[in-house]
Amino acid sequence: MKEDPGLYEYWPYEGRPKITWPNGARVAFWVAPNIEFYELDPAVNPHRKAWPKPVPDIGGYGTRDYGNRVGHVRMMRVLDKYGVRGSISLSTAVCEHHPEIIEMCRERDWEFFSHGIYNTRYTYGMDEAQEKAMIEDGIETILKHTGQKCAGYLAPALTHTEVTMDLFAEAGGIYTCDLFHDDQPTPVHVRSGSKFVSVPYSLEMNDTIVYVANKIEPRRYGEMIKASFDRLYAEGADNGVVMCIPLHAYQVSHPHRLKAFEEALEYITGHPDVWVTTGREIAEYYIDKHYDSTVADIAEKGSQ
Amino acid sequence: MPLDDAYFDYPHRSYGMDHDYYDWSMLVDRKPVDWPGGKRLALWVNVALQFFPLNQQGTPFTPPGGMTTAYPDLRHFTLREYGNRVGIFRILQALDQFNVRVSFAINSRLAERYPYLIRRVVERGDEILCHGWDMDTPHYGGQDKLEEAEVVARSLEVLRDATGQPVTGWISPGKSQSLHTPELLVLNGIEYMCDWVNDDMPYQFRTPAGEITAMPLSTELEDRFIIMHNLHSEAEYADQIIDSFDYLYAEAGEQGGRLLALNVHPWMLGQPHRIGKLEEVLQHITSRHGVWSAPPGEIHNAWRAAQ
Repeated sequence: MKEDPGLYEYWPYEGRPKITWPNGARVAFWVAPNIEFYELDPAVNPHRKAWPKPVPDIGGYGTRDYGNRVGHVRMMRVLDKYGVRGSISLSTAVCEHHPEIIEMCRERDWEFFSHGIYNTRYTYGMDEAQEKAMIEDGIETILKHTGQKCAGYLAPALTHTEVTMDLFAEAGGIYTCDLFHDDQPTPVHVRSGSKFVSVPYSLEMNDTIVYVANKIEPRRYGEMIKASFDRLYAEGADNGVVMCIPLHAYQVSHPHRLKAFEEALEYITGHPDVWVTTGREIAEYYIDKHYDSTVADIAEKGSQ
Repeated sequence: MPLDDAYFDYPHRSYGMDHDYYDWSMLVDRKPVDWPGGKRLALWVNVALQFFPLNQQGTPFTPPGGMTTAYPDLRHFTLREYGNRVGIFRILQALDQFNVRVSFAINSRLAERYPYLIRRVVERGDEILCHGWDMDTPHYGGQDKLEEAEVVARSLEVLRDATGQPVTGWISPGKSQSLHTPELLVLNGIEYMCDWVNDDMPYQFRTPAGEITAMPLSTELEDRFIIMHNLHSEAEYADQIIDSFDYLYAEAGEQGGRLLALNVHPWMLGQPHRIGKLEEVLQHITSRHGVWSAPPGEIHNAWRAAQ
């Protein structure tokens, strides 16, 4: 085990070369709906239990299933209304279980990226060949069912190994959502040396973290989103930043929550200098326009 | 050592669910439901009457709201008893003030302990559901099927006997089930169960003994969940229920009848500083046109008729 994952250098927020987004936007804003499948009785991983109660843990399972049966459609209506295309963090087995959901996303030209096969299959304990096969399975499943070449990765249930980034980059990926160290994209070291970046995904704005881990009231979540946006929008006048709202239809799409979220989304998209975009578009734009200058700046500061 | 090869088998990776209990179906794709009288939204308020034994075994897990300290946990035992002695009567007053028709989900153990309370709710004529034996008798995965069958049969027999009602609805203690619970409920004359939280409308559920309806009873909107689990304020409880009602009321206008199901606990909302928030919520809901306050059996029948 290592003291530091070695994925990026320390690189202070102040004094960085300026990122400019398309049309002079200050904030690249993206919404990442997690479309997930949790198994009722998954194979057991010795490093993490899938459910706190013995199978069937119908409370936990039913909660997740609510997102698929009820929630996604509600969330789509809100995102449609404000012109937001989702960047889907996808349990790729949803392609097989619930193709109707995938079709609705395709109709909207949403981006699909991999979130593993099931959110009840953890990466912990996999050797390199196993993890490689699991990652490639997810990428192939997305290609087969959506026609999209998967660009991004959020590891299933945020479970990793030391080589997760390397393996995903070698499988053709260009960005990760698993790192929370910055409000701008940053280069991530991978052993192949390919251009691979972190696109900020935000746990702090993640509805499940907010509602479940931090037990935040729905209306306060709306206020938190607006406060986060206000500050990033102000800072983005000097140097472009990224804001992401990761969502779960089994959380935000409940009747007591969706309106407060919608108000926050209306607020953000009502500002002129916002690039409403997707994870892939941010990663590609950044790699094209800013990756090299960032690497040069990091190298220069690292040698000071 | 790598993971076992079996970890990479995905035996249910195909269309639909990863089990046979119910079919995969999105709410938006289902036939719209018309409630009686052209009402938009069915309001179901369930009052949970519960018994938490002081000598809690907690096997294999403790119930929500159960004892937490070393024996004897007098503070939690008596706080829960408060609901059956005091809180329930405040709740009844609030419900009657707004003419809300209610159901009572009763731990059958209460029939023996508090016959006055049982008589009181039976005399009202409201529908009674079985809430299992007591809060420390969970139904759970891995439970011996014969043992569970005995608990289900005993719970229903005692409650039917004490209330004179047919009792066709069921809520498991802690809304926990084994793989056999739905089948055992069917075998004992239960028509609908309220443990699954995966939908906002009723749906058909399969068991080896025949079908049963899963009636949604939101955990997210429970007083206990919002106030005790999430530690939100009384005011935030009211806000969330009202926001939920407004959302479902609007959705019903576009997509057909919807159901707002509120599970309340006299030991929680029956406290003097909380009861006013229940009244505020009921005032908001019952002041709207097109709200159908009904017990779950009637809602279930209306839903079946609309299929």
